[in-house]
Amino acid sequence: MPEPMGFYTDTTVCIGCKACEVACKEWNQLPAANGGVNTLSGDSYDNTRRLDGMHWRHVKFIEQFPEDRKDGRWLLMSDVCKHCVNAGCLEVCPTGAIIRTEFDTVVIQSDTCNGCRDCIGACPFGVIDINPVSNTAQKCTLCYDRMQGGLEPACSKACPTKSIQFGTIRELHDRAQKRVDQLHQGGESRAYLYGADDKMLGGLNSFYLLVDKPEVYGLPPDPKMPSRNLVPGSVFAVLGAIVVSLAGIFNFRNRGASEGGEARP
Amino acid sequence: MMDAPSSTWFTAPPHWGWLIVLYFFIGGLAGGSYFLAALIDLFGRREDRPLARLGYYIAFPCVALSGIVLTLDLGKPLRFWHMMIESHTFRPMFKYWSPMSIGAWALLLFGLFSFVSFLAALADEDSAPNNAPADRRRTPWRALHTAAARWPALSRLRPPSALARLFSTIGAILGLYIAGYTGVLLAVTNRPIWSDTPLISMLFVVSAASTSGALMIFLAHRSGWTMPGLANLQRMDDWVIGLELLVLIAVIVSLGPVSRAWLNVWGMLLLVAVVFGMIMPLVLLTRTRHVRPWSRATGAVLVLLGGFLLRAVIILSVEAI
Repeated sequence: MPEPMGFYTDTTVCIGCKACEVACKEWNQLPAANGGVNTLSGDSYDNTRRLDGMHWRHVKFIEQFPEDRKDGRWLLMSDVCKHCVNAGCLEVCPTGAIIRTEFDTVVIQSDTCNGCRDCIGACPFGVIDINPVSNTAQKCTLCYDRMQGGLEPACSKACPTKSIQFGTIRELHDRAQKRVDQLHQGGESRAYLYGADDKMLGGLNSFYLLVDKPEVYGLPPDPKMPSRNLVPGSVFAVLGAIVVSLAGIFNFRNRGASEGGEARP
Repeated sequence: MMDAPSSTWFTAPPHWGWLIVLYFFIGGLAGGSYFLAALIDLFGRREDRPLARLGYYIAFPCVALSGIVLTLDLGKPLRFWHMMIESHTFRPMFKYWSPMSIGAWALLLFGLFSFVSFLAALADEDSAPNNAPADRRRTPWRALHTAAARWPALSRLRPPSALARLFSTIGAILGLYIAGYTGVLLAVTNRPIWSDTPLISMLFVVSAASTSGALMIFLAHRSGWTMPGLANLQRMDDWVIGLELLVLIAVIVSLGPVSRAWLNVWGMLLLVAVVFGMIMPLVLLTRTRHVRPWSRATGAVLVLLGGFLLRAVIILSVEAI
């Protein structure tokens, strides 16, 4: 059994070149026509807009500039499926299309998915969407096919600054922690790891080094499993059923017997 | 995103549109009508049997339509069977922790129960000469009667026999399950509103009962029925509409700051559903001395429209976030 594998993305060295997006699309044969949308988003240099069934990598451009634009910075982050150890999508998938691989990554089998879209709403990060070509839910596979052949995923291979790093989770954790320490020593005290420990969904097999709040990067501060609502939701459904049943039994048993059975006009 | 009231704001909409709204509505009608029919069969009088039959007549077509609507909504409709059978191994596909997985099985099971009860109601109607239906003239309906009449034993699947009581009770429980699991399905996601309260399932169960009661009342009034059970059903429906209003208030309170997501056109539509689909029918109907038949029919139609609008708002407002 191979060790768990994943990505560590150091956002501080991302230069927004989008080589990862291109490599991903090339290797996975994803359409590059952007679904026919040929207008600019107006959102900085980001015209990919979001992760979806045709965009499995998305470089985010977050502008942090004052009104006069004399100072400021871009936060750049190459977003991707987090390959959660406790994956919400895998949990709810009713067809068994979403599987955990031998590399501890999460993959959607396109030949099994029937496009029910339950996984889309279950993903705490908004990663999954329908691919309009296959009409099935799709997302990053962490290049499962390349990994089976002993190759590195296309995006990390193409990344020119090593912002996206691929390896065993244990090794990536060590590397990421060293980088955080280095940044702290260099005066960047805001640096921290997002999703590296097992407190967040059991750990994200694609985790990040960030220098601002998760919300700034469009990441949930407190992602949760969808199943947290299974028991409370079921209990309230049963409670509703009991109350409605009691209302029915009371009205049909007592009233039916006591009132001479005449319907209101 | 910085002012997002909950982590659920960072997720993507699953593109559940009008077909799902329609399914939630007719699935609720199917489950609720079967539940009310079984209730009337189990606790009503003999004169109420036509009213119970009406419930079974509503339940099966609605559940059959539900299956069609759900299949059409899939990205790959021909793979609908993947919900039941694991396509690589051909073993049964069942995840008790996934509401959609259990729901698919429950829909199949409830479909069987409602089909048998539908046939039993047809056979039972034929065995009751005083209840000759006016619509015997309609050819497809008559053909169904003729088919059911070939198996008069089917009518024994209607209470009061012990077996039929058990059958109806199980069917009623499945019906309530169908009415309520859709709320659990929404809760077991990470979408705003849906997963920010566990109460939508309760709202859907209560709303299924109120809309199903309204449909049965409407059809009974159109047929000019005056059996005692109709008065009981009307009174029960008034209670349940009131309960639905209370549960909806509880939903909004439980959402806390998340309910700000309804401070827009969706909130206005929700208000329309509350005023016209809950409050107005109650005002029309609770003045017991002055209720006119047209008030009953109008009230029932308003409850049905309100129930549909309620589901449309709950689903489509979240799709818009």
